[in-house]
Amino acid sequence: MAATQKQPVTSAGPFNGVLTWVDQRFPLIQLWKDHLSEYYAPKNFNFWYYFGGLAMVVMVLQIVTGIFLTMHYKPDAASAFASVEYIMRDVSGGWLIRYMHSTGASAFFVVVYLHMYRALMYGSYRQPRELIWIFGMVIYLCLMAEAFFGYLLPWGQMSFWGAQVIINLFDALPLIGPDLSLWIRGDYVVSDATLNRFFAFHVIAIPLVLLGLVAAHIMALHEVGSNNPDGVEIKALKDPQTGHPVDGIPFHPYYTVKDTLGVVVFAIVFSTILFFMPEFGGYFLEYNNFIPADPLKTPSHIAPVWYFTPYYSILRAATEDFMWALAAGVVAFVALIILTVKNKTLKMGAVAGGAVVLVAFFTIEAKVWGVVLMGAATLIFFLLPWLDQSPVKSIRYKGGLFKSALAIFTIDFIVLGYFGTQPVTTAGTLISQIFTLIYFAFFALMPWYSKMDKTRPVPQRVTQ
Amino acid sequence: MADKEMDQGKRRFLVAATSVAGGVAAGAVAVPLVTSMLPSERAKAAGAPVEVDISKLAPGEQMTVEWRGKPVWIVRRTQEMLETVKNADDKVADPGSKKPMQPAYAKNEFRSLKPDYLVVVGICTHLGCSPVGKFKAGPEAFDANWQGGFYCPCHGSLFDLAGRVFKNKPAPDNLVIPPYKYLSDTRLLIGDDSKGA
Repeated sequence: MAATQKQPVTSAGPFNGVLTWVDQRFPLIQLWKDHLSEYYAPKNFNFWYYFGGLAMVVMVLQIVTGIFLTMHYKPDAASAFASVEYIMRDVSGGWLIRYMHSTGASAFFVVVYLHMYRALMYGSYRQPRELIWIFGMVIYLCLMAEAFFGYLLPWGQMSFWGAQVIINLFDALPLIGPDLSLWIRGDYVVSDATLNRFFAFHVIAIPLVLLGLVAAHIMALHEVGSNNPDGVEIKALKDPQTGHPVDGIPFHPYYTVKDTLGVVVFAIVFSTILFFMPEFGGYFLEYNNFIPADPLKTPSHIAPVWYFTPYYSILRAATEDFMWALAAGVVAFVALIILTVKNKTLKMGAVAGGAVVLVAFFTIEAKVWGVVLMGAATLIFFLLPWLDQSPVKSIRYKGGLFKSALAIFTIDFIVLGYFGTQPVTTAGTLISQIFTLIYFAFFALMPWYSKMDKTRPVPQRVTQ
Repeated sequence: MADKEMDQGKRRFLVAATSVAGGVAAGAVAVPLVTSMLPSERAKAAGAPVEVDISKLAPGEQMTVEWRGKPVWIVRRTQEMLETVKNADDKVADPGSKKPMQPAYAKNEFRSLKPDYLVVVGICTHLGCSPVGKFKAGPEAFDANWQGGFYCPCHGSLFDLAGRVFKNKPAPDNLVIPPYKYLSDTRLLIGDDSKGA
């Protein structure tokens, strides 16, 4: 009955008939309107708003190139390395597809890190967008898993030893650790069984989850509407006649056209790297990975690919001596809560929690804490919507305190990333330890400095 | 039906009971899937002991054999090398090998059946990299007063020539000594220490 009630499509010229037929059986026009032609986005999007769309473009690129790679790749420890070389040398255009996929992996992280940074600057994680941020963080975790599983597939030295180290992270967990890592590997060492299942995770399990999460991320975004560089809620001020936000413009055609330009510029940069420096100086494809995996010999210097290195530095920072610095940090944090928070239950909780953590610091070995810190460093982003207590969203109206904190955090992340690529030295470890403390201080102290910060008044309408 | 009042309590009970039954069924289906990822029977069977001929190993040299996919080192230690082990007692985290990282018969000063031959799994107890033998004494980037031992390139852990880990390094434990026995003076069996046959 619904089919007869719907208006026929009139705006598609020769396709009116066929679109009407479809629309009467599927909510085609409604979807088009809800998500494109009548999705009102703030009119003041700037450079930083390219990266969400670009992330989708890269995801499609990875899926498409990945499909063609699986046509030639063999997930078998005896032939995996050779099959990748076969793709590189003998498959027609195979080198191009493979380099698109390997460069695409790094590009994915570049784009996603910039996308996340945009959220940090403009407070896009703040109420009512907490769920968008949480879905996004889960996407980021899935992406890390996807990259990790994929990195084993070429079965080079870095593939093998990287997987060995990361799986052994789980081994460090108390009680369940050894059984868990055995279960992940499916063997007592990283072996054919491990490669085979990582292939399954990389090509089907994680991509499926990722697609679902991206859909949820966008649905949540289109439910509450996009944030913008001013952090103004455009839905608060609607044109009484049309009912559309006065500071909003339809996503299509305005932002589809703008994003197309972004894609073109991205494609230029991407192609330059793809054709002229696909290994990117050993950062996108590490040199040691051109040597077949050898379970008996670790390369003289192993480091993860660049996008994992900040966390890798945090992992390496946890030595026995560092536990004292960490304990001092926990004590200071609990003292801060006792002195400044009025809520009694929170105070008691902080003291109890702090005491438990302190005891655990010196009863459970430092190796475990390296793993815990690394996990905490990624998971702590989830709390951001509740840690930021500033009355304003955007950095444009935040004060010097928050701006300085964000600047320090940015430098901190890059420095940790740099030392994660370097071999272990005494000085490097010390610097990593200091910057690990700063990393966590950025989050732990945020409720205080974001509240104390001298903010400026937010305008009614978006600027420009 | 329509004129009767709905029994909300009954409905809630039925919804809960159905959900629980369905949840149990789903959980039961997950069991074979999850257990399929454990090591297969073939992988379990592959851990057979390895026989090694050590007659050609010169003093001060190291050989590597593969056992259960892991490197096992055999180092023929000279008298000077054994001295460095004695001298390292104050530098290592567990000088008495108190933690169970070795069979009972290797819980001694040199962590071996015979002091001359060190048999040890060459996998760092931190995150599973394979350390490198740096037997020459002399200043190194990682230790200005290096006496010889093993260095892990991944995260910088150091071990002496008995596989004992140095203090304040990422690795928490000494290197693992596998079960082994001498079949004769020049033949070792790694992975089996049973008496008799």
